[in-house]
Amino acid sequence: MIWNRQAECMPVRELESLQLQRLKETVRLAGENVPYYRKKFAEMKIKPSSIGSLKDITKLPFTTKMDLRGGYPFGMFAVPQSEIVEIHTSSGTTGTPVVVGYTRSDIDLWSEVMARCLTMAGTTENDIIQNCYGYGLFTGGLGVHYGAQKIGATLIPMSAGNTKRQLNIMCDLGTTRITCTPSYALYLADCAQEAGLMKKIRLKSGCFGAEMWTEKMREEIETRFNLMALNVYGLTEIIGPGVANECPHKNGLHVFEDHFYPEVISPETLEPLPDGETGELVLTTLTRAGTPMIRFRTRDITSLHREPCKCGRTLVRMARITGRSDDMIKIRGVLIFPSQIEKALLEIKGIEPHYQIIVTRPQHLDEIEVQVEISKKMFSDEIRHIEDLRKKIETHIDKSINLRVKVTLVEPKSLPRSEGKAMRVIDKREI
Amino acid sequence: MKLKQISVFLENRKGRLTGALETLAKAKINIRALSIADTSDFGILRLIAPDPDAARKALEKAGFTVRESDVIAVEVDDRPGGLAAILRILSDADLNVEYLYAFIAKHTEKAIVILRAENTDAGIKTLKAAGINILKADALYKM
Repeated sequence: MIWNRQAECMPVRELESLQLQRLKETVRLAGENVPYYRKKFAEMKIKPSSIGSLKDITKLPFTTKMDLRGGYPFGMFAVPQSEIVEIHTSSGTTGTPVVVGYTRSDIDLWSEVMARCLTMAGTTENDIIQNCYGYGLFTGGLGVHYGAQKIGATLIPMSAGNTKRQLNIMCDLGTTRITCTPSYALYLADCAQEAGLMKKIRLKSGCFGAEMWTEKMREEIETRFNLMALNVYGLTEIIGPGVANECPHKNGLHVFEDHFYPEVISPETLEPLPDGETGELVLTTLTRAGTPMIRFRTRDITSLHREPCKCGRTLVRMARITGRSDDMIKIRGVLIFPSQIEKALLEIKGIEPHYQIIVTRPQHLDEIEVQVEISKKMFSDEIRHIEDLRKKIETHIDKSINLRVKVTLVEPKSLPRSEGKAMRVIDKREI
Repeated sequence: MKLKQISVFLENRKGRLTGALETLAKAKINIRALSIADTSDFGILRLIAPDPDAARKALEKAGFTVRESDVIAVEVDDRPGGLAAILRILSDADLNVEYLYAFIAKHTEKAIVILRAENTDAGIKTLKAAGINILKADALYKM
């Protein structure tokens, strides 16, 4: 099923001319109204007329998360606050968040692209959608919400957590579509099985995203729930979920390129890579009014594919995300830099800066172990004191970066020392 | 009256205890008494050796995290209730014991208990006042 046949199946030539027209408009809008881009474009002597073809996008500067933080809070806004109807912030938990603003037209755009995603998964007004993405500053909850409303499906705004209640509602109300992270889907499956509720579940499909996952996980979710599991992609800086979604042919995520212009670059040379080659995804918004984004470096690793898709959509497909071009890790849907954990550790007196982060996914939910080398100052002959210290570190990390971890104390010099790039993170999740 | 005890942090990993004991063996340090406290993630090896400084240095040189702390060694009657009697004295004086371990020495009828009291000085004073024989370091090392 296709929500907007005209947009999603547009002949490529037509699409390109629409993209060019919208790109010029975005450059004009950003250059005139966004303080950050006004300065940047002036320095680089960029004008809307600099863009003669889509290829000219390479003349434009990249935008990084750091740049966005520099503009905190409203430095990236293209319109006065009176025109902003909603605000979200990126999921990074410490330091300066990235503030993204939505005008009325941005919310319409978000509803449109999310309606496309949910329709790809077969959703109609006859469906009951259980939305288990978190509601709040995180874009997952409200993004799905708007899309479902646009379709006219019956939406249950469950938000994240409270698994027992999720399952009861799912069974009693006969939920047919689900939206959540893939790991939570598997956790739900475990709990449903344990409670003997599997037979009462009527799910037909789901859009799963906000974290990396694999084909193996897809198979497991599909088999256990007997549903169709599709991959959804998005990020707060661009709009939230709804940048791209898989059609039932599951051969990559169709990027809604009439609204978001994708490029893949080499993270080393920053040069654009040809279609099919793997590199970092860079996105430019073409129709965002509140916070237009020029060549945002997503740090997500993927490749673009333009061979025609059997579904009839002409939209380019991006491969499943396979990694990141920085050392960030995504834990329970939240992006964390290892350096944030280091900073929190070093705030505790007597702690050595030797640590290692081990990420695992027992029973489908992410768990983090932070191994810290014990120092002579920290060591006591009494277990009680060492346990207190361990708990103190755990509490401090939780308080400062809002991340529950398990701290293990290890012997001095037992963790590998860095020669150049430190191996701070060991990711044992199968993703 | 105070006795120096050596504590070693041991990660819960194969071969760590062996490693610590082999380090002491190489330094020709004989262990008089020892105990191991363990949790799921780590353990603490506590031991009494005739030359605590040499033991500490050898272990530190081998990369172990070591701590010296004061403990009390007392002679206990080797009979039912022997240890309970000692603990009653401390308990009545409102003195907490953090941990203890015991061994039976050669050539004597008594058992030896190594005590880590919350307050070592107060512990010694109380035990002495109750007529308990507290062993001096030298005497213990010769056992």
